Amino acid sequence: MIANFGYGVLVITFLVTLYSVFAAIYGDRKQIPAMVESARRAMLLTWPLLTLTAGVLIYLLVNNHYEVQFVYEVTSRSMPTYLKVTAWWGGQAGSLLFWSWLMSAFASLVTLRKWDRDREFLPWVIVVACVTVAFFIGMNVFFENPFAQLYQTFDGVQAYTLKPADSVLFTPADGRGLNPLLRHPGMVIHPPMLYLGFVSFVIPYAFAIAALITGRTDDRWIRLTRRWTLWAWLFLSFGLVLGGRWAYDVLGWGGYWGWDPVEIAAFMPWLTGTAFLHSVMIQEKRGMFKQWNMLLIILTYDLVIFGTFLTRSGVLSSVHAFAQSAIGPLFFAFIGFTLITSVGLIIYRWSSLRSETQMTSLLSREALFLLNNLLFMSILVVCFWGVIFPLISELFSGQKVTVGPPFYERATSPLFGALMLLMGIAPLSAWGHSTVKTLGRAIWKPIVGAVAVTAVLFATYTQKVGALIGFFLVALVIFVTVYEYWRGAYARQRSQGENVLTAFWNLTGRNRRRYGGYIIHISMMLMAIGILGIEIFQLETQGTLKQGETLSVANYEVTYKEIAQWDDLPSGVNYRRAVLDVYQDGKHLGQLAPRIDYYYDSQQNMTIPGNRSTMRDDLYVLLVDWEPAAATGATFKIYVNPLVNWLWLGSFLFLAGIIIAAWPEREKERATVKAKASIRQQTSAAD
Amino acid sequence: MRINKFVIGGVLILGAVVFLIWTATAANAEYFLTIDELNAKGSEVVDKSLRVSGAVIGDSIQYDAQSLTLTFEVAHVPADNLAIETEGGLAEVLHQAVLDPSRSRIKVVYEGVKPDLLRNEAQAIMTGRLGADGVFYAEELLLKCPTRYEEAVPDQADL
Repeated sequence: MIANFGYGVLVITFLVTLYSVFAAIYGDRKQIPAMVESARRAMLLTWPLLTLTAGVLIYLLVNNHYEVQFVYEVTSRSMPTYLKVTAWWGGQAGSLLFWSWLMSAFASLVTLRKWDRDREFLPWVIVVACVTVAFFIGMNVFFENPFAQLYQTFDGVQAYTLKPADSVLFTPADGRGLNPLLRHPGMVIHPPMLYLGFVSFVIPYAFAIAALITGRTDDRWIRLTRRWTLWAWLFLSFGLVLGGRWAYDVLGWGGYWGWDPVEIAAFMPWLTGTAFLHSVMIQEKRGMFKQWNMLLIILTYDLVIFGTFLTRSGVLSSVHAFAQSAIGPLFFAFIGFTLITSVGLIIYRWSSLRSETQMTSLLSREALFLLNNLLFMSILVVCFWGVIFPLISELFSGQKVTVGPPFYERATSPLFGALMLLMGIAPLSAWGHSTVKTLGRAIWKPIVGAVAVTAVLFATYTQKVGALIGFFLVALVIFVTVYEYWRGAYARQRSQGENVLTAFWNLTGRNRRRYGGYIIHISMMLMAIGILGIEIFQLETQGTLKQGETLSVANYEVTYKEIAQWDDLPSGVNYRRAVLDVYQDGKHLGQLAPRIDYYYDSQQNMTIPGNRSTMRDDLYVLLVDWEPAAATGATFKIYVNPLVNWLWLGSFLFLAGIIIAAWPEREKERATVKAKASIRQQTSAAD
Repeated sequence: MRINKFVIGGVLILGAVVFLIWTATAANAEYFLTIDELNAKGSEVVDKSLRVSGAVIGDSIQYDAQSLTLTFEVAHVPADNLAIETEGGLAEVLHQAVLDPSRSRIKVVYEGVKPDLLRNEAQAIMTGRLGADGVFYAEELLLKCPTRYEEAVPDQADL
C-alpha cells in the first residue's frame, strides 16, 4: 500500500516536471510571464514531492518491508538503521531517485534567487533543469521502479509495479543486505558528495544553455554561476578524495586509486570542470575563449551524465558497477540528444561568441591558461581513450583489447608533471604580454629554492629520477605561490602599515578568488607529495608468523602477539582480530589490530587493515589468513606507505581554499548594491 | 608569424599527446579473451599480456597462506553482454558454467592476499600471462558476485 503511494507520488512528480518544461517554453515563446511563473512554481513543487517519495522509500527501508524488491536487495535485518537509510543509494533504482532529489533541490535553490535583471534566463534554466530531472525520474517510473513489489504467481515470484491478477504478495523473511564493502561510514558521505558534485554542475550548464538560447552570450552567465561552479567543484573533488580514503581504509589493497573505469568516470567531469574554472577567468578578464567555455561546460554536463551512465549500465566491469540494466541505451540517447542540441546552439551563436581580444604572446597569462586547458583536455583524452579502447578495438579488429592502470600511469604522469610546471610559471606571468626576460626575473628565486630542496632530497632521501623531478616541481610551485603571497602581503604591509598577519588576512579577503586559488595550488602540491610517496616508495612484505615471531620492513618490526575471534550476533558479524606490537628501531610504538570481519548474511569477508599513520609514513597491516586449526599461526601482509598522509592533509587545505574562493565577497556586494540602479556595464567594470 | 607560433605550439602538444597515448597503449594493451578463446589460441598467446574472464569453481579454491599462493579453476563464460542476457543474466550464466562439467576450464595461480569476494560462482576477471604449462598466472584479480547482490528475485526455497 505504502509502496504504491510512493510510486504514485513519483508519477505525479514526473508529470509536474514535464508540465514545467512545456509551460516554461510556451510562456517564453508567447511572452506570457504568468506562464513562466507557473513553470517556476511547478519546478519548486518537485523537491517537496521527491522528498515525500524519498521519505516513503526510507520508511520502507528502515522498517524491513522486504516485499518491496529494492528493500529486499539492499537491506537486511542485521543492518544498523543508519546503513538502512544509506541503502537508499546502495542500489540502482534508489540511487537514480537520490540523483533526482538532489538535482531538484539545487534547481529549486537557483530559481529562488532574485532574478531581476536576468529574468530572460529563467525559463530556459527551468527547462534544462526540469528536462534533466524528468529524464532521471522517468527512469524510475518506467524502468527502475524502487517501489516494485514481489508477487507470487503461478510462474513464480517476480517484481511488479502493480499487483497482477491471481497473485499474492510475497514477503521474504529477511533481505539480502547491502554488500559488506558498502557497510561503512564512507557510504554515508562518499556517494552523496560525488552526486552533489555531479548535479551542481548542471546549474552552470543550464545557465550556459539559457545564454545561448536568449543570445545574451556575454559573460553574465559565468558571473551568475561562478560560485555554483566552485561549490560543484568542491563537492566533486571531495567526493573523489573521500572515495580514495574509503578504498584506503577498507578495500585492503593498500591503495587509494586504481584507475577503475568508474573512478575514471567520476574523474572526467572533474577534469573538464577544472579546465572550465580556469578558462572562465580569461573570458572575464580578456573576453576570450567564449566558444571554448561553452564547450567545456557542455562537455562537463555530458560527462556527468556519462559518469552516471557508466556506473549504472553495467557496460564495464568494476568494483562499483551495478547490475546490467535496460537503462543503458536510454542514457546513451539522452547524452546524444543533449550534446547535439547544445553543440548545435553553439554553432548557431558562433559569431557572437568571438573573442574580443587577440592572443599575442606565448608566455602571457592567457596563453598559459590556454596551455593549462589543453593539458587538462589531454588527460581527459587519455582517460576517455582508456575507457573506450576495448569497444574500439572490438569494433575494428573483432578482438577485445583492454588497458589497465599502467597505461594510465604512463600516459598521464608527464601530463600531470607539465601541469605542475605550469602551476609554477603561470601565477608569475602577466596578462597580455610577457617575455622570457620578465618571467625569468620573477621566477629565478623560486627556482633556486626548488633546486636547493631537490639537492637536499638527493643527498638524504632518494636518488630516483622520477621522484626527484616530482619533488622539484612540488617545491617550485610551493615557492612560487608563497613568494606571490609574500610579495602581496609585503606591499600591503608597507603601504597600509599593517603587521604581517593582518596583511595576509586582508590580502586574502580583498581577492578571495585569487588567493583561495593559491591555497588550492599549495594543497594540490601537498597531495602530490602523498601520491609520489605511495606510488614510488611503497614497500611491502608478507609472512606467516607464530605467536611472538617478528616481521620487519623498513625500520619497523612487527611482532604477532595474539588473536581473538568472537561473534557479534545482533549485527550478524564474526570478528577475527589480531594484535601486533609495533617497534621502530627497537622502540615500542604501540599496537595494531588488523581484522577480518565475516558477514553471515552475505557469507563474505571484509578485511580491515590496522594502520599507524604519521607524516613520515603509514604502517599498514593486513590480516590475510588465519586457520582455526593452527591457531598459533597467522599470515600478515605489511605495507609501508611513505608520505601518504600528506594526501589527506592536502585535501583538507584544499577544502579551505575552495571555501575561501567561493565565499561571498562582501565588499563587492556592497558595491553592486550601490551600482544597482546604474547600467550593467558599469557593474561589470567594477568587478 | 603570430598565428604560426600558436599553431606550431598546438601541433607539438597534440603530437606529444598522441605519442604518449600510442606508446602507452602499445606497451600496456591486454587481449581480453574468454576461456574458450584462450584454449583455442593455446601456445600462440603464451607469455602475452592477457585479460581473461571466467566463473570461479568454489571446490577448486586452495590457498597456501605460507606463500600467499592462491590457486583455483575458472570455467568458460561468454564475454558478450547480449549472449549473457539471453541466457538469463550474469548470475545464471555463472551458475550454469560452474555446474556444467563439459565447459572448458583453466587453472589460475595468483600470489597475494585472498580477495574477499572470491567464492563459488563469482565472476573472476584476471590480468596476467598464460604459462607454457597451461596455467594462467594472474597478476591482478577482479571479482564480481552478481548472485549475491543483484539477483532480482529471492529463491522460492525461502518459503
